[in-house]
Amino acid sequence: MTNVKEPLIPTVCVITDIRQDTPDVKTFRVLTLDGKKPFIHKPGQCAMLSMPGVGEALFSITSSPTNTEYVEFSIKKCGCVTSWLHAAEVGQQITVRGPYGNGFPVETEFKGQDMLFIAGGIGLAPVRSVINYVRDNRANYGKVDIVYGSRSKDDLVFYKEIIDEWKNDPTVNVHLTIDREQEGWDGHVGFVPNFVKEVAEKFDEDKKAKTTAVLCGPPIMIKFTLQGLGEIGFNKEQIYTTLELRMKCGIGKCGRCNVGSKYVCKDGPVFRMDQLDALPDEY
Amino acid sequence: MQKITREALIEKAAALLSEGKVDRVLGWKSGEFSYDVTPAIFNNVEEMQKDFVYGDFSGANFSKYLVKETKKDGKVLIFLKPCDTYSFNQLLTEHRFDREKVYAVGIPCDGMIDENKIKQAVGDGILSIVSESETVKVETLYDGVKELNRADVFSERCLNCKSKKHVAYDELIGEDGLVLDSNRFDEVAKLEKMTADERFAFWQNELSRCIRCNACRDICPACTCEKCVFDNPNSGVENKAAANSFEEKMFHIIRAFHVAGRCTDCGECSRVCPQHIPLHLLNRKFIKDINTFYGDYQAGAEVGSRAPLVNYTKEDIEPSEAVNRGDE
Amino acid sequence: MRKCSLSNSTALFNKIAENATLYIPVDLEKGRVAYKKYADGMKMSDALKTDRSAKDFFFPQTENLMEFKTEGKSIEIIDNRSEAEDFVVFGVRACDVKSLEVLDKVFLAEPVDSYYKNRREHGVIVSMACTRPTETCFCGTFGIDASAPKGDIECYKTDDAFYFNAVTEKGEALLAKLDGVTESSDEKAVNEQKEQIKKVLDKLPLKDLKADEFGADKTDKFFNSPEWKNLSEACLGCGTCTFVCPTCQCYDIKDFKTNKGVQRFRCWDSCMYSDFTKMSAGQPRLTQMERFRQRFMHKLVYFPTNNDGMFSCVGCGRCVAKCPISMNIVKVMKTLGGKNND
Repeated sequence: MTNVKEPLIPTVCVITDIRQDTPDVKTFRVLTLDGKKPFIHKPGQCAMLSMPGVGEALFSITSSPTNTEYVEFSIKKCGCVTSWLHAAEVGQQITVRGPYGNGFPVETEFKGQDMLFIAGGIGLAPVRSVINYVRDNRANYGKVDIVYGSRSKDDLVFYKEIIDEWKNDPTVNVHLTIDREQEGWDGHVGFVPNFVKEVAEKFDEDKKAKTTAVLCGPPIMIKFTLQGLGEIGFNKEQIYTTLELRMKCGIGKCGRCNVGSKYVCKDGPVFRMDQLDALPDEY
Repeated sequence: MQKITREALIEKAAALLSEGKVDRVLGWKSGEFSYDVTPAIFNNVEEMQKDFVYGDFSGANFSKYLVKETKKDGKVLIFLKPCDTYSFNQLLTEHRFDREKVYAVGIPCDGMIDENKIKQAVGDGILSIVSESETVKVETLYDGVKELNRADVFSERCLNCKSKKHVAYDELIGEDGLVLDSNRFDEVAKLEKMTADERFAFWQNELSRCIRCNACRDICPACTCEKCVFDNPNSGVENKAAANSFEEKMFHIIRAFHVAGRCTDCGECSRVCPQHIPLHLLNRKFIKDINTFYGDYQAGAEVGSRAPLVNYTKEDIEPSEAVNRGDE
Repeated sequence: MRKCSLSNSTALFNKIAENATLYIPVDLEKGRVAYKKYADGMKMSDALKTDRSAKDFFFPQTENLMEFKTEGKSIEIIDNRSEAEDFVVFGVRACDVKSLEVLDKVFLAEPVDSYYKNRREHGVIVSMACTRPTETCFCGTFGIDASAPKGDIECYKTDDAFYFNAVTEKGEALLAKLDGVTESSDEKAVNEQKEQIKKVLDKLPLKDLKADEFGADKTDKFFNSPEWKNLSEACLGCGTCTFVCPTCQCYDIKDFKTNKGVQRFRCWDSCMYSDFTKMSAGQPRLTQMERFRQRFMHKLVYFPTNNDGMFSCVGCGRCVAKCPISMNIVKVMKTLGGKNND
């Protein structure tokens, strides 16, 4: 019996690095106790992290599968488990199980496509995994545009990586925006939906047709971005997003992330917009 | 006692609706069988004529629904049996609903039937239940028609009815009754006579069946917290199931403490318990103790009354006396 | 077919209990019926249904999944799983037998739930045909035949004997062990009983309830129905229907701090509860109407969509009998099911 693998029983891992990304977002580097990656994953998948006695919660994996050394989770402080993690120190052990979910179709539908990544706030966490996967497999994809915005400059997650790496990558166009003007910011000011429209409007028809958009952020941003993309000729089959719902098991059994006939933890979290439209509006 | 018919209530509702005194009616809706009555909102007389029902199984106490109903626009007509009026007043005392949005019609009640007692008496396959003044005729699939004494199948709370008097209404149909001398504390007295071990075994047996469905809490007119501690992850005691047999008891005991002095003894908790746990006995123990310690007090008897537990007087029993009494 | 006279039932139960823990339905006080661990001479209940279903044997209300010890920054996981004991559940009705098939679809789907699987492998179900179904029964709606209750061993009880037919290998193995207390028999008595049961089923008040309108891919047809509002109006948001249901299987996972460490346990949960989908970031189902709808849509549409049309209701009628406000799947189906159910 105990030799049978039980999906609910996690593995003990250790936090080897903690980076303060924004005032309320930290990125945690996680390894097994013998210094290996805890699992092999696909971009967009999630994993269940827990501290016994505090609770277990599902987080998207922010590091790219192409990273052979470690996995990373970027976590915004908002609930019980996240607050505990934010107080944790390097060397702290946590439990990990996963990876869960479908992930983005980087090896199928995305191949050969121009990529338009759109994220708001902590929504960049799952998208970062795809961005870096695409950058590491550059030949398989067309042009890459990243539109990312946050409330303020300080709330831009992965700011250092964006500036040092993505901005310096000649094959990637990075478009940053913040909601309101701020001293020391000479970039774009405004909300993501409008900015996306500005950026993508300049695409010629041919490029629009071969672009796939990956979208993640707060519901209001998603709503208006979709509207904007629709207005400039994108159809729903070109747009992917990733959902977040309350989950306990991560394996499609406990029932709480059930939306229509889908389980977000198992059948998602990545959905193409037309698939999402077919689901009842309960996410 | 005068028997109130469905037709009389529909007629009353029709008049109030047409006069514009009420906009909708909170009533009992018939179901698939004779006994599965559901609380429902009726917006007009036609809806009422279709499936409004009043009878032996209209036991549900509607007072708590007023918390939700009075948040809506317009005025709602509610029919109140005498025992329901106590909950009605208690909720008003606690400022839980808007009295201006309610039109309350008091209706006399000669007792409600417990369908479980009928099921126990006649077995499976109940096809219909017809009530006469003293008897109940039950047609079954297997044994034809069986006749039962009404008094034998009354709900426990009706057998121990504390009052036929309405303590709140805008209008009364029929004559009002009196506060009764009930035997409702007899069962509690029996429990008190047990040794501590016997009593523990009694509750252990009863509460071990609890499935933590929360029906007792959710139906309870005294449980109107917007967020119950047992549902609140931040409370530290949130739980959906007992982790051990100690916790199992704690839920009910804590709940009984929380409604002490506010519980009107309406008996809904025991009526709805799918596991037939006599939860009302916990509450009655509190009521009995309050009566003994502070003088007779009936929650909900009047609006605005201060329950003894929240009303200090110099004559109050010393805590030490209560403790000593508990040791006896 | 094997037969055991009722006068010999104690010997039969004792024989089964020699090799495995035996559970039989037993009458308790005030009309309660529950499965109890068999002890010599215990009398089996003839009641139609146990208050709680046989689900409890395979998916208990609470169970410990694992334990943790923490010290400083370290965590140790203690896997306490052990092989379940062999057990036999005797007298499971056709509806409850079918409910295990529904639960299998969830717990035995990849990745397999080892806790459930363990108990499923060690449990043997001796079913029992229903000679006296009651007014709340509607198993026929979901294609379940109360006169052919299946399980590992199919059992029929007449006025003077039990009759057994092995259905599965596990059932054959158990029945073989009972050779000493059973004798070979023809099927005459059983066939007569089947006929009698069919006649009774045809007289049940809910016999005409149809599920045809529901099933896979019917989300759009029902999700936005205006009827949900009235149907759910009086719903208390309690978990009664969920917890008495033999097919409801949603669960929560919680940690419990003990003085020895942390116990991670799983317990039943209900989509009727307001915190079921609550997140720190929001709540996708804000009203009881939405939660109410979820439960019935899941049983009648979502589950069939994912499981080749299998409904996750077996018509046992427990929710019909137990709901504090007498709202239930029958009323939902009749209200939403259109002409078919008028």
